[in-house]
Amino acid sequence: MVERLVLAIEKPLKEAIWDCRMCGQCILHSTGLSCPMRCPKNLRNGPCGGVRANGNCEVYADKRCVWVEAWEGSRRLPLWRDHIEHLQKPVDWQLQGSSSWINLVNGRDSGAPKGWKPDAES
Amino acid sequence: MPSPSLLADLLREGRFVVTAELSSSNSADPEATWRRAEVLRGSVDAINCTDNTGAHVHMSSLAASHLLVEKGFEPIMQLTVRDRNRLALQADLLGAAALGVRNLVLMSGDDVTAGDHPEARRIYDIDSMQLLEVAAIMRDRGTYLSGRKLEQAPSFFIGAVENPFAPPLEFRPLRLQKKVRAGADFIQTQLVFDVTVFARFMAMVAELDLIGKVFIIPSIGIPRSARGANFMREKVPGLHVPDELVTRLEKTPPARQSEEGIKIAVELVNAVRAIPGVSGVHLIGIKWEEGVVRVAEAAGLLPRPTLSPLVTAGGRG
Repeated sequence: MVERLVLAIEKPLKEAIWDCRMCGQCILHSTGLSCPMRCPKNLRNGPCGGVRANGNCEVYADKRCVWVEAWEGSRRLPLWRDHIEHLQKPVDWQLQGSSSWINLVNGRDSGAPKGWKPDAES
Repeated sequence: MPSPSLLADLLREGRFVVTAELSSSNSADPEATWRRAEVLRGSVDAINCTDNTGAHVHMSSLAASHLLVEKGFEPIMQLTVRDRNRLALQADLLGAAALGVRNLVLMSGDDVTAGDHPEARRIYDIDSMQLLEVAAIMRDRGTYLSGRKLEQAPSFFIGAVENPFAPPLEFRPLRLQKKVRAGADFIQTQLVFDVTVFARFMAMVAELDLIGKVFIIPSIGIPRSARGANFMREKVPGLHVPDELVTRLEKTPPARQSEEGIKIAVELVNAVRAIPGVSGVHLIGIKWEEGVVRVAEAAGLLPRPTLSPLVTAGGRG
């Protein structure tokens, strides 16, 4: 019930501002406020090698690469500039569609697969 | 730690290595793979087996790599996160190790829309950076990503790719650094046609103090015709082919274009070789293994060191 209420605010807000895909484990502050789940390859650690010379996406030739925007965005951030260099853990697909705000508060998004190296930055 | 592979040995000894890409097979007959590989025997140190390159279906890189091991070649198995989820990737990595495959190159892969099954579902469960980490976890910690223990950890020499020519150019060296932190022992780059941009990239890599921490092997393409070079310029994702190169080939009579392509490749080999931090070259002649041999010869890269790959394959766990 609480989650539905929070989602009623979070989802339209984040979709309107960031074209959010509701992965439920938000890392926008590490990606220059460019949602990495908009990347057709869902890359969370940087751009692929297919980015076009004009900075557009390999798959959608008329769209800017999400990671070109992430890099430029990260240069403009007063905080978290170097977070773009952090190694992001694998996505927990069980969280898709859930509220990342609630997952942040209750710590559900801080988990990683048990074998993932514990000293990895997030 | 014992050395995982012949390629690792050569690089750690400071030899300038030569690797090449094997044209992928569309034949159920292993002879088709062996025939192409035999052309390369003695001219290269290790051979890349691609994973559905350009998002076109071919024989799996795992099977092709194993066929090469059977004949005493040193394979480098490419593996993309495009077609497999984390379970399938780990299963193939462990299987590869058991079949004697030690060298890996792990990457995102060209998108399915670039290939012959554009309607396919793309997977991208984990990304290439995370796959590097997963391979390193299996090797160094002896567990799966889930934390479950392996009975015997694999011994891998882990490679990754980087494209020094794709935007955002200033982020590329940092991304390479990230790959090294995740577990990359060596890097094969996207095809280098623009040496100036590549040299700038290498200078930034040196500034990050990565030379000596990772072996960097630029790819050199061997254009066979003006048409081929034009195709690469127009159609292949992430490739940056300068107009002058295409023009140079177009000005050459068709019968002599392949000769000119060899000349271009040799010039590029010599140019990248002079750049500090370059540990070898990766030669790519598309469906043209003979071109690889001719470039290796003309660039003075032959003969190759004669450590026996058979001894390596038999002697290491």
